[in-house]
Amino acid sequence: MTTTIRRRERPAVAAARDRGGRGLLRRLRQDWWIYLFLLPTVLGYGAYTVYPLLASWWFAFLDWPGFATAGTFVGVENFERLIGDDLFWNAFWNSIVFLVFAVPLRVGLALALALVLNRKKTPFKGFFRTLFFLPVVTTGAIVGVVFTLLLDASGPVSLALVWSGLIDSPANFAADAGTSLYAGIAVWVWKWLGITLIYWLAALQTIPQGVHEAAMIDGAGAWAEFRHVTMPLLVPFLVIITLIDTVAAFNVFDLMQTLTGGGPSFSSEVIEIFIFRTAFQATVPQLGYASAAAVLFGLLTMGFAIAQAVGMRWARGRTGAS
Amino acid sequence: MTATAQAGLTWRARLLRRPSPGQVVTVVLLLVLGGLWVYPFAWLVSASLKSSPEIFGSGLALLPERPVWENYARAWNEVGFATYFVNTLVITVGTVLLVVVRSALAGYVLGRYDFVGKKLLIGVFLVTFFLPEGYTIIPITQLTDQLSLLNTHAGVILGLGAGGQIASTLLYAGYFRRLPKELEETARLDGAGHFTIFFRVMLPLAWPITATVVILTFLFAWNVYLLPLVFTLSEPGLRTLAVGMTVFVGERGTDWSGMAAAAVISLIPVIAVFVVLQRKFVDSIAGAVKQ
Repeated sequence: MTTTIRRRERPAVAAARDRGGRGLLRRLRQDWWIYLFLLPTVLGYGAYTVYPLLASWWFAFLDWPGFATAGTFVGVENFERLIGDDLFWNAFWNSIVFLVFAVPLRVGLALALALVLNRKKTPFKGFFRTLFFLPVVTTGAIVGVVFTLLLDASGPVSLALVWSGLIDSPANFAADAGTSLYAGIAVWVWKWLGITLIYWLAALQTIPQGVHEAAMIDGAGAWAEFRHVTMPLLVPFLVIITLIDTVAAFNVFDLMQTLTGGGPSFSSEVIEIFIFRTAFQATVPQLGYASAAAVLFGLLTMGFAIAQAVGMRWARGRTGAS
Repeated sequence: MTATAQAGLTWRARLLRRPSPGQVVTVVLLLVLGGLWVYPFAWLVSASLKSSPEIFGSGLALLPERPVWENYARAWNEVGFATYFVNTLVITVGTVLLVVVRSALAGYVLGRYDFVGKKLLIGVFLVTFFLPEGYTIIPITQLTDQLSLLNTHAGVILGLGAGGQIASTLLYAGYFRRLPKELEETARLDGAGHFTIFFRVMLPLAWPITATVVILTFLFAWNVYLLPLVFTLSEPGLRTLAVGMTVFVGERGTDWSGMAAAAVISLIPVIAVFVVLQRKFVDSIAGAVKQ
């Protein structure tokens, strides 16, 4: 990470100086091939990322009952309705609860595992790393379907819990309004833990072995070493990894839609399911209303993205200084 | 030879040394946790070889009384997973090609040249870096509808690969930036133009990044759900594996063994690719986050 702070002078910089004072038009003409190289990205990105971002705002002000029809402008009516819509706030809070429980669980558990797997003495490190990474490569929608079977009241999870005496009678946690959201969180952490584990292992690799030896010589125990030596060095990574996982916690449509479908009775409906349901599953699609929900949701995640950028800069400064 | 012999020796030495109690506890905990991670896959394979009543009737036993291979035939032929498989393959290959070509081209000029509008372009990339797909699905569907590409493979490929994927572009840009300037100068002396230099010299040199981008995009395109779901709502023949799986649940909700077989069929390609290339997978992810 330190290498990113000081870079060698790039050819680009030198080239820019050479051309310094000449006219803009001349520069554009000379660089025509650069723009040709950029064309696919500019066209694709413009149409499929930038346009949708801007269009969402426009759509949010429309009453628009389907792609085949033209929308009519209704001003801020959609936003007014959203603010009074209990189901929107239900979905909004479900997304927040998901985030608040799932992210620390994923980040913390992965860190604990990484610390164990980073120790020299731990055997079969590669094997365990592969094992925990396996669910990461699988299809979220299929994992969701498979877990509806695993979590069935007569399925293996329920059987094992009854057998071990942890619960009294068979239960399906994904189909119970009190636990469905938490069942989703558990499956999500199971599926994605491996990737966070890899992030942490990469972070731990940046701590030089000498630090560990110095701590040993000073007579620090394992906990003291972690608390006073390892943890301070990991804080910048904690910021980055938490933020990456936070943004990931907003992309849970595939898993939640297939695991619970947002039910029972909206108990596990996250904001993405709310948008999908409003736009594509209602008898009369409410595209404008769904767009308004997406815009509010987008503002929220944008806030996180900005926090990410700020945190990243701060973390870079930390690693650069150390 | 000596290296492997040494490795063998240290292994033997390690095995002979009495492990400390702490180490034993660690390994036991890891094994229990690892069991939780691998059990769902074992259960899935087992369920795919049982009859539907047997899945929920035989307790925690994993071995089927008699393997029912017909489950696979049923999922593949009757339910249409053969078609879903081909669709997923076409969409994944198309998306990977699109992303590699477009991010390599853009990454090359972004990494090595200065031009009017560069700052603006990078600014736009950074602002939209973490845009969740749920946010843009309505305009993307509307755009695809306008282009008359709804319910086509091309529509799904463009929807997945034309926008986003900034990480790939930045990976290429970072790599190309580090290559020495003399490469172009020598090639230019030999009379090569920009395109020859890029395709003959630069792109082949960037193969480690290409491998990373291929892996990351393959994972994304094979596993994506929302966009293919929305784009194929009215065209069952275009469903991908992920979409087909959920339709299966809706239409034949009690054919659990067929469902399990279909899930195995859908997961085998990604898991196989992962097992073969696992070092590269892990390095790709670790490398991407270090950026």
